[in-house]
Amino acid sequence: MTKEKGYKDILQGGIITKEGSSIAYRTGEWRSMKPVWNKDGCVHCLICWVFCPDSAIQIEGGKMTGIDYDHCKGCGICARECPRKEKALQIAKE
Amino acid sequence: MAVKQKYVGMTGNEAVANAMKQIDPDVIAAYPITPQTDIVQYYSQFVADGEVATEMVTVESEHSAMSATIGASSAGARAMTATSSQGLALMWEMLHIAAGDRLPIVMPVVNRALSAPINIHCDHSDTMGSLTTGWIQIYGENAQEAYDNMIQAVRIAEDPRVLLPVMVCYDGFITSHAVDNLELIPTEAVKEFVGTYKPQRPLLNVEDPITVGALVLPDYYTEMRVQEAEAMGRANDVILEVAREFERLSGRKYGFFEEYRMDDAERVIVVMSSTAGTTKAVVDQLRAKGEKVGLLKPRVMRPFPAEELVKALSGAKAVAVMDRAETFSTQGGQIFTELRSAFYNSGTRPLMRGYIFGLGGRDTTTREIRKVFADLSDDLSKGRAGRFVGYLDVRV
Repeated sequence: MTKEKGYKDILQGGIITKEGSSIAYRTGEWRSMKPVWNKDGCVHCLICWVFCPDSAIQIEGGKMTGIDYDHCKGCGICARECPRKEKALQIAKE
Repeated sequence: MAVKQKYVGMTGNEAVANAMKQIDPDVIAAYPITPQTDIVQYYSQFVADGEVATEMVTVESEHSAMSATIGASSAGARAMTATSSQGLALMWEMLHIAAGDRLPIVMPVVNRALSAPINIHCDHSDTMGSLTTGWIQIYGENAQEAYDNMIQAVRIAEDPRVLLPVMVCYDGFITSHAVDNLELIPTEAVKEFVGTYKPQRPLLNVEDPITVGALVLPDYYTEMRVQEAEAMGRANDVILEVAREFERLSGRKYGFFEEYRMDDAERVIVVMSSTAGTTKAVVDQLRAKGEKVGLLKPRVMRPFPAEELVKALSGAKAVAVMDRAETFSTQGGQIFTELRSAFYNSGTRPLMRGYIFGLGGRDTTTREIRKVFADLSDDLSKGRAGRFVGYLDVRV
């Protein structure tokens, strides 16, 4: 458990110097509903990826590979926009 | 040996615009509001004529003006804006951000009364309403002081021990629009005095990327606030250091306040800005008749120089503190309240009474000031302040 810094040790103005550090904050813990992806029903249109407000749809080589549950907040936009509907993406209780 | 200066006749706004021209900041993002408007008008002309290198951003509101100034300052630019009254009020949330982000923004605030009712004339309710924002506040009596304070403000704000934004305040219309005599320091000397801004961690440095203004949870907010408060504390020394250096440059002396004929003064008026000028005339009149009166003119309101004020006033027997803004505490004006608090632990305290005066540009003449000194005589003869607080000139 790292010791919390005193006011003399924090950077002036509270600036953050590590780039991309917000990835360490697991906003996925806020979820109450979660999307479930069915790989076999997916046509890799990537529409869910376009719409996801948290960049939580994982892509590799132009194809969907999964969902980043560390950062998915369960908003359900992906499932709503998916043209394959329940065949590819379903929203379930967390 | 002070540098040779040019004696001119200018309005306060023109003097401030000229100070800004000599400083030549990287960015000015501003929105017009009476009585600040002609600062930005003059400056726009300087930009149009190619006399400055400043990037001038004409924004759609004062909230945007401060936001753009914060963005520019975070990027590493020396950034300024200017406003008054409702404009200052509109940028209220951003004022706290500028200070919390520790940005050395310098902003002239031409003191004007807050609405409602709408009033475009002078009082101090605008800047008195921003005392808890983390901004340093320096008040000037006339065009010379407004000009001098602008130049010093840059050095105070940018000092690595401080890194807090500074409001350079002066009276709307009375100082801003009246033609006054003042001495202008040569441009090269101003540039040498303010130096080049060396931002510690500019946003535009892609080699060392940072995030400015992030979220902080209950475990760190206090520490950040304390850090900011300590910077405000360190500003005390920096303000005096810069003033000493400025005196060597200009021959004009500045401090936390001005003491006028205070040496053996028994009755003292404490008042800021242009009304101090009127008070000086009354002090001279009464002194000529042998009356032991004096004036203490506060210059720095934030940080509040409590210790120094108590020391300067401890010889006085009766003090009248005149505030040009209502606080609605029902306990008097801001300076009155803070000064009384400063005296709490003192052994000897003068009698103290407060006046709220000059609201919405209400003219305060030598007649009213003489009345205050007369009230103080009354207090002395009775051995107590005849009235806790009151309005100097109100029709009942």
